[in-house]
Amino acid sequence: MKTDPDRDLADCSSGEGACAPAGDCSESSCAPRPAQCTEPDCGDDPPAGCCAIEAQGVEVYYGKKKVLTDVSFGMAPGRITAIIGPSGCGKSTFLSTLNRMSDLTIGCKVSGDIRLEGKSILGSGIDLIELRRRVGMIFQKPNPFPLSIRKNIQLPLKEMGIRNRDELEATTEKVIRDVGLWDEVSDRLNSSALALSGGQQQRLCIARAMALDPDVLLFDEPCSALDPISCSVVEELIASLRRQYTVVIVTHNMSQARRIADSVAVFWVQEGSGRIIEHGDLERVFEDPKHAIVKDYVQGGCG
Amino acid sequence: MDTLALPASSKREERIARAMIWCVALLVTGTFAWIVGDVFVHGISGLSLSFITEAPERGGRAGGILPIIVSTLSILAVSLVVAIPLGLATAVLLAEFTRRDNWFSTLVARSLDVLAAVPSIVFGLFGNAFFCVWLGMGYSILAGGLTLACMVLPILIRSLEAALRAVPDEYRFAAAALGMSKTRTVLSILLPCAAPGLVVGLILGIGRVLAETAALLFTSGYVDRMPESVMDSGRSLSIHIFDLAMNVPGGEPNAYSSAVVLILMLLIINFTAVWGTDRWVRKISGQSAT
Repeated sequence: MKTDPDRDLADCSSGEGACAPAGDCSESSCAPRPAQCTEPDCGDDPPAGCCAIEAQGVEVYYGKKKVLTDVSFGMAPGRITAIIGPSGCGKSTFLSTLNRMSDLTIGCKVSGDIRLEGKSILGSGIDLIELRRRVGMIFQKPNPFPLSIRKNIQLPLKEMGIRNRDELEATTEKVIRDVGLWDEVSDRLNSSALALSGGQQQRLCIARAMALDPDVLLFDEPCSALDPISCSVVEELIASLRRQYTVVIVTHNMSQARRIADSVAVFWVQEGSGRIIEHGDLERVFEDPKHAIVKDYVQGGCG
Repeated sequence: MDTLALPASSKREERIARAMIWCVALLVTGTFAWIVGDVFVHGISGLSLSFITEAPERGGRAGGILPIIVSTLSILAVSLVVAIPLGLATAVLLAEFTRRDNWFSTLVARSLDVLAAVPSIVFGLFGNAFFCVWLGMGYSILAGGLTLACMVLPILIRSLEAALRAVPDEYRFAAAALGMSKTRTVLSILLPCAAPGLVVGLILGIGRVLAETAALLFTSGYVDRMPESVMDSGRSLSIHIFDLAMNVPGGEPNAYSSAVVLILMLLIINFTAVWGTDRWVRKISGQSAT
């Protein structure tokens, strides 16, 4: 996907401002090449520091099986990038390489390069704890700890070295408010997080990730275990994170991608291995897909 | 529901299977109730306050069993103080810090399974040679407790490990994704989550220690005086029961009463452990204690 001659730079105008708010972009690293920086997808060969995350030729093996082949694309800061595609095409696998959660899978090997604000994160000397604080992740099934709501937020904060009680409480209230859960739980912060509904649990998990003040939030099909009403609440929440965070979301749900994403990457299995077959601005990919498969997929109406 | 009714043959099969399951369950519980009932029927009459507050007289035929209770609890304490930290550390190592396909953890796990099946008398011989003779502890509560620690460690480690492995991976992923260190994850999340299972493992261990007779004969000895320190020899309840029943003519009534005390002790320890863990887990998980 390195060459995409049809890339329509005119898209820039529609995405104007979306790229701008991220601090790095307006800094010197991007300044000499403003034309590329305002381009919504950060371009195919973006300047360092312009894309929040940039994957270059990422390949993933589970044991001897190659599950991802040559994935290269950039995720723009402050924008929502949706990764779509059929089951088993490596979407979630790719997502898990972005904060090295893939390391936890036995036999999983990642090659290529992934850069977070210009710095490679795939080396062996990377501080994974620091990386995962900067790149938060929300899972398919809500996974609050079997502790109180308050402890769910504060345990990772304490682990980060924040001991001041006032600060802990202030952060707790702020993030719970940010996910719109405060009115529902403010009177029972000491009761178990497991007593919350699925949708509330998922919002708590988002709050918990936000408490660490990350730059990037990864969502792995965050709605697929929720009922439709909870799902729409969580979806609106994710949409509201635009500009504050770089969001990457894996979803099965095409209409969800259409509702919340700024740009989209389509994964597909070809020759027994997942690949990225098209990526770019949301409207461009959905309205005018270059790839025949993508055309069928996004316009097939399924999902 | 009528339309979903099973054909007659399946119904009959279902009824027979049900009946068989009930029979087996009744047989097992019945046997257990019979044994406990027999011990209680024979032993309850000999129980009194003085029985648990006085020293034995005339070889145990008369008097109480206070020194024996003290020795038993001391042996239990020594073995748990040694076995719990070692067992927990090894279980955490096996379950959390080594991968399942790691040759070292496989080797350790296999060795533990073999050790768990070794007869307790062999542990007794080992304990006698190693603790009593080689380390010069003599017949003492310390030597007995350490020998029993060796004996329960394999079963303790394996059950603690199983309890940790039963904690859903979601919590590990959640903690890792939040930048929590492995150590903090184990201490703050996995161990509390596994607590009920850990306690089951612990109770298995306590049961084995309290029930052990053979290994203690060689290590803690069978002096029935009140021990003054862990370096003194001390007679455990199970040895006392064995001695009264086999070697002391006319000792049977007190053997039964001692057995009742042993069973009650086991029940009290188990219930306290389960109840205490339950309260603790509720407290840290934020569920109100009900």
